[in-house]
Amino acid sequence: MGTASDIKLIDEKGIRLDGRSLSELRPIKIETDVLERADGSAYIEWGGNKIMVAVYGPREAYPKHTQDIDKAVIKARYNMAAFSVDERKRPGPDRRSVEISKVISEALQCAIMVEQFPRAQIDVYIEVLQADAGTRIAGLTAASVAVAAAGIPMRDLVVGCTAGKVDGKIVLDLGKEEDNFGQADLPMGILAKSGKIVLMQMDGDLTTEEFDEATAMIYDAAKRINDIQREALAGKYRALAMERGGE
Amino acid sequence: MPRDEAGILSEIKRDYILNKLKEGKRGDGRLTTEFREINIQQNYVPRAAGSAVVKLGKTKVIAGVKIESGEPFPDTPNLGVLTTNVELLPMAFPTFEAGPPNENSIEIARVVDRGIRESKMIDLENLVIEAGKKVWIVFVDINILDYDGNLIDACTLAVLSALKSAIVPGSKEGGKDFLLPIRNLPVSVTMVKIGDNIICDPDLEEEQLSSARITVSTTEDGHLRAMQKGDSGFFTIEEVRKAIKMSSDIGKQIREKYFQ
Repeated sequence: MGTASDIKLIDEKGIRLDGRSLSELRPIKIETDVLERADGSAYIEWGGNKIMVAVYGPREAYPKHTQDIDKAVIKARYNMAAFSVDERKRPGPDRRSVEISKVISEALQCAIMVEQFPRAQIDVYIEVLQADAGTRIAGLTAASVAVAAAGIPMRDLVVGCTAGKVDGKIVLDLGKEEDNFGQADLPMGILAKSGKIVLMQMDGDLTTEEFDEATAMIYDAAKRINDIQREALAGKYRALAMERGGE
Repeated sequence: MPRDEAGILSEIKRDYILNKLKEGKRGDGRLTTEFREINIQQNYVPRAAGSAVVKLGKTKVIAGVKIESGEPFPDTPNLGVLTTNVELLPMAFPTFEAGPPNENSIEIARVVDRGIRESKMIDLENLVIEAGKKVWIVFVDINILDYDGNLIDACTLAVLSALKSAIVPGSKEGGKDFLLPIRNLPVSVTMVKIGDNIICDPDLEEEQLSSARITVSTTEDGHLRAMQKGDSGFFTIEEVRKAIKMSSDIGKQIREKYFQ
């Protein structure tokens, strides 16, 4: 976590810098089919995050040694645009994005029915156009929608959400300042229906009680986020039905 | 994690391990909450500022610390710098290849680093030579020599041992050499899930059989400092709570036994 600061992140009434309560999410908007070429795509705005996801596949895994004879491999690539952050980020993968790509791939692998596509790969390209804290879980949330929009069979949607500790209090969905100056950060990816945990990372300082409080908050928020995901997908098929019906 | 050479664990061995787990035991006779034998040789490389070779069962890693003066990060002008790197040496495993760090070595390095960093083990505030301009940079390099499972914990143990005895070469900057200021000891405990069992310190065969991995780093006060779930399986929230409890219990034992 970042260094301590003199900024007061939560006021006496429990209101945060951006006016939210402790368990309030930032506004989230998801759209599907935002790209023409990709087999599936999604765009998410989550607070100030703007993230585009494209899915290609299932297609033959290449290079060949990456093939799995039993199932498809998920190759997610999390990438931040050079202009997505305050100080220009040098383009290309750094150690952080390599790690994030790995944990997102693993999280999606659990939700997708990979056993139906032996020797195949599914590419998931996550491009962070503007970053505003919580890019990995916003990216995962959108990636899951993009995979579904590509028509790839899934067990469940993956919902990403973060909780953390700010000014000694457990809060949901850290904003940028809270992320920089908070005391703990707990990003999680969970399967919407079963609640299974497919992504979890933590850094900072949490007691086990605080951990329980944070995870309870995430599970509660996951329902709301999942509604937005489902609505985005339902919107896609409503539009399709209208088109067909009109013919 | 990489699989074995053929990518397949013999079925007889797999059945043996799975059957044992039904009785709550492991293939090698350990309890589910039991670590393999830990052997630590501190100051193995006197040329380094601090170093240690750690054997965790048949897994063998070496950590070396070098401390040099340099510029601080612009956003933390009054803090020393810690960098952690892991090399999966080709000598350690048939399928490890030489070359730039891959996603496995990067993940191990970042998980180990997070445990050390978030616990504030190193007092980085006391590693400033000239505020905003010059600080001590602590380079931690870990080489994997022999791989038989659970690299994250083997690396953490090696780093703790190496840092504990590391000397900052203050004389090069007109001061005196001094012991690297250490405040606490974050111990990481890695567990994997095989079937419905959660077992700690998996060896290679157990890693190959497992569906998911979780690492929890705790400090003396029992607080959580870093966590990482890995692999494509899942954990339920109850399993995560169990893993946290296991980590803090085992972490305490390790701290008492090896770092008093």
